Amino acid sequence: MKRNKIFGSIALLSLILTGTITAQIGTPFIHDPSTIVECEGKYYTFGTFGGGLISEDGWTWNGGAERPGRGAAPDALKIGDRYLVAYSSTGGGLGGGHNGKILTMWNKTLDPNSPDFKFTDPIEVASSEGMEDCDAIDAGLLLDPTTGQLWCTYGTYFGFIRMVELDPKTGKRVEGNEAIDIAIDCEATTLMYRNGWYYLLGTHGTCCDGANSTYNIVVGRSKQITGPYVDNVGREMLKGGGKMVIAAHDRVTGPGHFGRWVIDEGVEKMSCHFEADLDQGGRSVLGIRPLLWKNDWPVAGEKFKEGTYEIESERRGYALELVVDFVRMPRGPRGFNRDNDEPIVPVPSQKLEDVISTWPTGNINVRIGDYMFRPHQKWTITAVPDAGGYPGGPYYKIVIEGTERALAATAEAEVITVPEFTGAPEQLWRIDQLIDGTYRIMPKVVPNSNKKLALISIGDSTPTLAEFDMNSDNSKWNFRNH
Amino acid sequence: MNIKQKTFLLALSSLFLGVSLLQAQPGGDGRQMDDPALYDTTGRSIAEYFAPATKEKMTPDADGFIQRWLLLEPINKPNRSNTVFTDSYLRKAFDTLYFPNQFTILPKDGEKVKVGDNDLAWHALDSKLFNVKLFRFAYGLNKPIYGVIFWAVTVVNSPEEMENVRMAVGSNSASMWWLNGDEAVLLSGDRRMVMDDCVSPRLTLHKGKNVIRGVVINGPGMSDFCVRFLDEKGEPIKNITISCE
Repeated sequence: MKRNKIFGSIALLSLILTGTITAQIGTPFIHDPSTIVECEGKYYTFGTFGGGLISEDGWTWNGGAERPGRGAAPDALKIGDRYLVAYSSTGGGLGGGHNGKILTMWNKTLDPNSPDFKFTDPIEVASSEGMEDCDAIDAGLLLDPTTGQLWCTYGTYFGFIRMVELDPKTGKRVEGNEAIDIAIDCEATTLMYRNGWYYLLGTHGTCCDGANSTYNIVVGRSKQITGPYVDNVGREMLKGGGKMVIAAHDRVTGPGHFGRWVIDEGVEKMSCHFEADLDQGGRSVLGIRPLLWKNDWPVAGEKFKEGTYEIESERRGYALELVVDFVRMPRGPRGFNRDNDEPIVPVPSQKLEDVISTWPTGNINVRIGDYMFRPHQKWTITAVPDAGGYPGGPYYKIVIEGTERALAATAEAEVITVPEFTGAPEQLWRIDQLIDGTYRIMPKVVPNSNKKLALISIGDSTPTLAEFDMNSDNSKWNFRNH
Repeated sequence: MNIKQKTFLLALSSLFLGVSLLQAQPGGDGRQMDDPALYDTTGRSIAEYFAPATKEKMTPDADGFIQRWLLLEPINKPNRSNTVFTDSYLRKAFDTLYFPNQFTILPKDGEKVKVGDNDLAWHALDSKLFNVKLFRFAYGLNKPIYGVIFWAVTVVNSPEEMENVRMAVGSNSASMWWLNGDEAVLLSGDRRMVMDDCVSPRLTLHKGKNVIRGVVINGPGMSDFCVRFLDEKGEPIKNITISCE
C-alpha cells in the first residue's frame, strides 16, 4: 500500500470520525479487507485502521469486528482452533518514509462478545527500513496444505513483494528464515494453493482515488511456493507480470486485496474491496464475487444479474419448464417448392396470454424439456428484499415471466410451482456460480427437513432436490438470456 | 443441398405423408405402408430381439435395465403424428379402458384379451437388448407397427423394502408407468427413447412382488422403451429379480 493509499484510508477514517459516513453500521464499508474467516457461525473481515465487519449470513455485513493495533491491511487465518491475524504498522505515512512492520497476533475467537476474546501481544515478523526496496505492509497469509508451512507475503509498489516463513504454532518468523523477493509492481498480495499450483495474487493500478481508482487484481502462478510466479504469457511477476482476475465493472471500481473463500466443493468466492461503489455514494465497500477456475487460472465470476432466463440443465441442455400442454404455434411455410418471392412476414413469438388459459390454476409441477422460448419456460428471477442472503448474494424468487407463479421446494424434496409467490422460505432460492461458471440453485429451506439440498436433474427431463455434487453435471445449471 | 438431394427428400416426404395417411386407417393389421418390401411377411420373426421368457430367475442387466416383460400385441390407435402427445391427450388416451382389468391384470403368456374386434395376445419375453424394441415385436408378429398402443407388465421381486428409489424410463414415443397401481411417471410429447429420460419421484419397492405396468403410444416411427430403478445416489438397482408372475 503506497502513500496515497494511506492518505486515502486516513481520509476515510476522518470522515468516519466526523460522522459524515456512518462507519460500517448496517453497511459493508471497509478498506483493505482481510480474507473472510468463519468463527462460531459468523463471518469476519478486518480492515485498515482497526475494526472490521461481521456477518451472520455472508450477505448482510455490519461493523463490530475488533482488531487492536490499528495499522493497515490485515489478513486473518484460522489455524487449528485459533485465529492468526497479521497486520502492518506503517512508519511512512504521509511523510513518504517506508518503515513498516508486519505483526502477528492470536485470538481464540473473533467474537468480541465472547469471554475468550483476547488478542495476544503482537509479534513482529518482518520489517522495512529507510529506503530499502520494500514497504513492509499489506500482509497475506497461506498455510500450505501440502507441507503445513505458514507463509506471509507483504510489500507495495515501493520495491519488492517479499515472503517469509512463519511458525504456524507461534506465528513467529521461522528462525533464520530469509525473505524471498517474489514480485514487483503490486501490493496487497496473498497466496493460495490449488491443483498443484501456488498462486500469487497482487493488486495493480491506482489505489484510494474513489471512482477514479484503477486498482485491479492480477495473478501469477508457480509450482513452487517460493516462485518464480509467472503469468499466462510467461512474464514473471518479478518483472511486473500478472493476469487479470477482476477489474472495475457494474458501477464498482478499484477491486483490491484479494481473499479466497471456499464455501463448498466447487463453490468458491473471492473477497476484495471496491474502491468506490457508485450506488453507495462512491464509498469503499466489501466485495464478494464467485471465484471461477479456467484452465487452472482464477477469474472472478459475476454477481448474479436479475432478469428473465431459460434455466438450462447442464446435464443435457434441456430447460426447466412447467408441466403444461405444449401449445403449438403456426408451423409456417415449408416444403421445397414454395414460392420464395412471397413477402416475408415475421412470426410473432408465443406470448403468455396465448397459453395461460390452458394452464391449471393451482400448483403445477415442473420438468425439463426442449427449450422453445415458450412462456412456460421463461423464468424471471429477482432478489427478495429483506429475505436475507448467503455469501455473496441475496435470496431470489423464481417466477414464470409475467406471473407470480413461483418455483418452490416441497416436503417430499421435489420442486413444483405455486400460483402465487408468498415469500415463504421454500420459495426463496440461493444461486451460486460454481468454479466452472455454471450455477448451483438451492432452496433456502426444504420443508420439514434440515438438509441442504440443491436443484438436480435426476433424469434428462426430471428435476428434483438432492444433495449437490460438484462432480456431476446433474447438479449444475445455466441461466441463458435468449 | 443439390437438386438430387432435394428430389430425394421430396420423395421421402411424399412417402412419409403417404405412410402417415395410410397408417391413419384403423385395422391395418401390419399392412400400413405401401412400400412393397413391407408387404412381404416372409420370414418375419422377433427372435433377433426377443427370446421366450423362462422360469429361470432373471436379474436386471449390468446397468440395471429390466429385460423380462409381458407385452400385449399392439392396439390400434391411429395418429399421423406424435406431436399430439400432450399431457392432456395422454392422460385421456391412457385412461381409456381398452380391455378388461387393464390396470390390474397380471396375464399369462399366450393369454388373450379382446380389444374391439381383435383378440390380442400377451407374450412373455426376454429382451435381448437393454431396451424393449416394440416396433420389432409388432413387426415380427405381423402386427400393426404405426399408430399403436403397447401395454407392458412385469414383476420385480425385491429382497427387502427399498425406500427412495426411482423408476427411470425412456420411451419412443410417449408413455406412462405405474408401480403397484400408482402412477410413477409420464413421458409426454414426441419423445425419443433415451435411458433415464424421465424419472419418477421417490418410490418404495416393497419386499417381494412389485408390479410394473406401462403403456407406450406411438404414431409413425420406431417404438421402444427401457426401464430401470435408481437408488438415492442415482446408481442402478440390480439386487432384484424379474419374473412374469
